[in-house]
Amino acid sequence: MKILVLLKMVPDVVEELEVAADGKSLDLDFLRLIVNESDDHALEEALILKERHGGTVTAVALEAPDIDDVLFTALAKGADRAVKIEGADQTLSTRDAAGVLAATLPAVGDLLPADLILTGCQAIDDLDGFVAPLLAQALGQPYLGLVARVAPENGKAVVAKEFAGGVLGEYEVSLPAVLGVQGAEKPPRYVPVAKVRAAMKSAEIETVPAAPRPDAPSYEIGEMLKPEPVDRAEMLEGDPEAVAARICEILSERGLL
Amino acid sequence: MAKNVLVMAETWRGGITDASFELVALGRELADGLGGKLGVLLAGDGVSGMVGELGAADGVYVADAPALADPEVDRSCRLVAQVLEMDQPQCLLVPLSNISWDLTGLLPARIGAPLVNFCRDLTTVGGGIEATCVLYGGKMEATVQVAAAPVVFGVLPGARPADSGRVAGSPEVKALKFDAGDATVAFLRYVEPEAGDVDITQQDALVSVGRGLQGEANLDLAEELAELLGGAVCGSRPAIDQGWLPLSRQVGKSGITVKPKLYFALGISGAPEHLEGMRDSELIIAVNTDPDAPIFNAAHFGSTEDLLEVVPALIDRANEVKGG
Repeated sequence: MKILVLLKMVPDVVEELEVAADGKSLDLDFLRLIVNESDDHALEEALILKERHGGTVTAVALEAPDIDDVLFTALAKGADRAVKIEGADQTLSTRDAAGVLAATLPAVGDLLPADLILTGCQAIDDLDGFVAPLLAQALGQPYLGLVARVAPENGKAVVAKEFAGGVLGEYEVSLPAVLGVQGAEKPPRYVPVAKVRAAMKSAEIETVPAAPRPDAPSYEIGEMLKPEPVDRAEMLEGDPEAVAARICEILSERGLL
Repeated sequence: MAKNVLVMAETWRGGITDASFELVALGRELADGLGGKLGVLLAGDGVSGMVGELGAADGVYVADAPALADPEVDRSCRLVAQVLEMDQPQCLLVPLSNISWDLTGLLPARIGAPLVNFCRDLTTVGGGIEATCVLYGGKMEATVQVAAAPVVFGVLPGARPADSGRVAGSPEVKALKFDAGDATVAFLRYVEPEAGDVDITQQDALVSVGRGLQGEANLDLAEELAELLGGAVCGSRPAIDQGWLPLSRQVGKSGITVKPKLYFALGISGAPEHLEGMRDSELIIAVNTDPDAPIFNAAHFGSTEDLLEVVPALIDRANEVKGG
């Protein structure tokens, strides 16, 4: 199978996030970016499929800070090629970014057709759309999201997606298709830094220019702000011993201990 | 021009979901605020008899066909596009649930309409609608307005109480003709989860762990605390994705919804997908070193001390209390 995996960078929410001076966006200074978690699962599922059924995996990403590290990591994990799309505005909305991908992928000689395009089912900044369905529609391909596993079968794929309560739904999907992956069958593999460094020496990231994107429907952000909860938790002060003592009191008062 | 509101009522395995009734309640408010009508689209197999549960709506578009028995995104997109054409609403509200997820993503792309995602609230402002959206895992919120119509709002669970939208009545019924056609994505079957050793919905106390637990080796601490409290251990998505716990212990969007008397959230950030599975717990105590973690907005009590220090201290003290 020929598989493309789309990777994107998102802010690491473990870090403190600040609103920019315009009051409508994130302050990008000092922001630490990491690869979108479900994109990492999409890469893992692609590598699992390659191991089982053969074929190639190509990691594709729009230019972003630290994206080279992410692409070299993908190569170190077992991807065959890494392609970076350069020249697109890095503050694009998800819908605009999908527009760039949809315009660029067919223009790069040998990327398409691919049997599968896998990407994460969502990202924490997907305010105006999800990449997988937007791209599927633009390329005229079938789409399924919240995907948990993929099994090729007679030129099609049997794809399981997550419902609630641990229930999966199995679908027969015509190929080629674009899938939004929620979780791979196994946790994303770990790759030692030494192997990534080796990939940096032995492999190359191909760069291609971004094609002009079509116009997307517009929306207006009024303001962005940190949520101010009505009922924030009562914070327990003191060292761990004091906190533990207070929790014990709370549980005892309620007959829970 | 009247500004109508349309709600997608999803059905799954024989009934209208709670998420749908939540949106009916929200849609009713918006329609009243805009001076328009509330339409609901009810699609599924054998759903005609459920119209009486949608009394809060002015009208219900009913598509009742065997081909609509299970969620199939191609068919739902065609059906909704048909109703949007007929109804010409200002907006369409879709539950951002696993059932309607694919429709929320694909429909706007297909019909060229704007989508506003992750909405936790919608209000009418000066003849239009303003959405409040949860971004960056719950660490930021944005208010969003869209001029074009129709706009699709993907609404997070919990926007309104489901019971507010579950109103008996006899709204006007408009039966839709539905041509099943071909599907490039065809439903085959459901795969039920393997029964876990413990049913976490039946526990009075749950000790739930997330990424902040740092490693499987620390799971023993959570197990010991759960045993002391007479409960069980469960987890958020990262704990399951890392293989620390089986799927049967996952709380949240793709997992299980729980309402225990006590929910300990250890090292859990509190992304919307997790909150929807536990926010109705009677008592929530959260321990997370990040003071900005959204879990503290859902918890009753919180601590930013290191859970690897708090939990052992708590176990010691609880043992003393029980022993004495």
